[in-house]
Amino acid sequence: MNTAMNDSSEVLVDCQSVWKIFGGRAPAAVKAITERGLSKTQVLQDFDCVVGVSDASLQVRRGEIFCIMGLSGSGKSTLIRLLNRLIEPSLGKITVKGKEIAKLNASELRDMRARNIGMVFQSVALLPHRTVLENAAFGLEAQGVAKEERHRIARAALEKVGLADWTSRYPRELSGGMQQRVGLARAIAADPEIILMDEPFSALDPLIRRQLQDEFRQLTKSLGKSAVFITHDLEEAIRIGDRIAIMKDGVIVQVGTAEEIVTKPADDYVSEFVAGISRIHLVKAHTVMRPVAEFKNSQPNCDVNELLRTSPEADIGELIDLTMQSDRDAVAVVENGTVVGVVTIRGLLRGVAGKPAG
Amino acid sequence: MNPDLVRFSPGAYLAPVVDWLNTNFHPFFDAVTKLIEAVLSAIEATLLYPPPYATIVVAVLLAAFFVGVRVSVVTAIALTFCLLAGFWTASMQTLALVTVAVIISVSIAFPLGILASRYKKFEAGIRPVLDIMQTVPPWVYLIPAVMIFSLGRVPAIIATIVYGIPPMLRLTTLAFNQVPKDLMELGHATGTSPRSILFKIEIPSATPTLLVGLNQCILLSLAMVVLAGLVGAGGLGAEVTRGLTRMEMGLGLRAGLSIVALAIFLDRLSRGALERGRSPVR
Repeated sequence: MNTAMNDSSEVLVDCQSVWKIFGGRAPAAVKAITERGLSKTQVLQDFDCVVGVSDASLQVRRGEIFCIMGLSGSGKSTLIRLLNRLIEPSLGKITVKGKEIAKLNASELRDMRARNIGMVFQSVALLPHRTVLENAAFGLEAQGVAKEERHRIARAALEKVGLADWTSRYPRELSGGMQQRVGLARAIAADPEIILMDEPFSALDPLIRRQLQDEFRQLTKSLGKSAVFITHDLEEAIRIGDRIAIMKDGVIVQVGTAEEIVTKPADDYVSEFVAGISRIHLVKAHTVMRPVAEFKNSQPNCDVNELLRTSPEADIGELIDLTMQSDRDAVAVVENGTVVGVVTIRGLLRGVAGKPAG
Repeated sequence: MNPDLVRFSPGAYLAPVVDWLNTNFHPFFDAVTKLIEAVLSAIEATLLYPPPYATIVVAVLLAAFFVGVRVSVVTAIALTFCLLAGFWTASMQTLALVTVAVIISVSIAFPLGILASRYKKFEAGIRPVLDIMQTVPPWVYLIPAVMIFSLGRVPAIIATIVYGIPPMLRLTTLAFNQVPKDLMELGHATGTSPRSILFKIEIPSATPTLLVGLNQCILLSLAMVVLAGLVGAGGLGAEVTRGLTRMEMGLGLRAGLSIVALAIFLDRLSRGALERGRSPVR
């Protein structure tokens, strides 16, 4: 997973301190938050309002898959619906492609949803009285694309998800995994820049889920789409996401790459989550290597230049393979032709155990 | 305290209203009467102009072609029974009455039902009205209907419409409330216009329940049209009334069974016709 994200790439979705408060006295609660900076618990106590999303800020850049991970009730489904204004934010600013979506009128908003933001649902939401092809063409129908044209595009989208032979079937004739492919094809067919994925694979069995995760990542990257992907499964977030946001009780606790989250969890909640995650493909050489001088001190009779070499981006899996091939107990990490550090067996073990800093 | 002082008599308030309507809106009611009469007569004339067997053959062929073989068999049996029972003319009159009443009931109930599903306050407002419409004994509607439209087929139709609206309206509201939330969300998320959401998502999803509503509307209308024989609406209702007043068991039973035949025929036909064109999803 390439986690190096170019900071200069265009920000497609920008959320700034977004709040969503549910309840009858929400407007009063919003006022109290802006004026007195009330916390979530105080809002619940004083106004009997539930805070769905609290002060959430995030940026999704072009070409990026951004995962939002949280357990049920963490506000992740609310947050994703704020991005295409299926839910109105109580407070804060959401900008999509440079336009503030709260300020769009009804037809501008429809246009934005039809052209720029696709959505895939956990429940798939296929229309039972329509064929697979007609379902895949639904988004284009909303844009007013002529029948022949939209069926041609929908057929191409179905081909991309491997359902070319199923176009004239009805949704109930398809398995859960295939139905979700139709949902994905429907989102892709409308050719949006951003695809919102609301726990799309949660209801599928593990094998199909993995397969769809890989296919989804490949497809999104090859088409150059950006995606916001909601999941309650950290492993899924790590497999798919370029960056991950961890949500708890409506608050974004940490945002970072998979490696950052696993190696430097922001708090106890996150570290509890990452405890069970395999580090083999997440932790990179630059995190577990020791400085060359320190290595020379402890093992003076070992020549650094004779060690096998690797890049700082090599993960622990690759490092283990290299160490096994070598007759020495260490691997040199080389960047731009110079040795920048050494990974010893101790370092590898620390990385696997999740204590890279120590 | 004298209980007579607090006795409640809505009739005391309603009767003047009916009188007032009668004096001030007579031309309007007259126009309504003429319009309904004209439509009814046209339908009746069409049904009765050819010889009965020709009408039956045409109906069976149409049913076979547009709906299905099974419905065409039901059509043949039901209509032949009406002919053999000796009530061909009466049956066709009743059929015309029911058709007109149902078309008007549905065209009033369907949009109001959608409104009720959209606006909860509107629903809360019309619910007691619907309760009254459904529980007041149907004879009671006949009184103001006859006062305004005088005896004949038109008050019968009006009373039938009043009786046919509630089931259709309630089931329309239910049908629209039952449209899956995720499909509605899909509509909004894809930027579909409200009109397209109605026609492409809501109505197709609501169809099974709407069909039940239509079915109830047809059957209740048929029952009411028969009652309306009392106010001179003619048709099978008149035959049943005659059987009752003369205590002729045979006449009453034949007319009653003809009504059953018509009911089954209308039920299967409407169901089959509306389910056709839908996918095999049930």
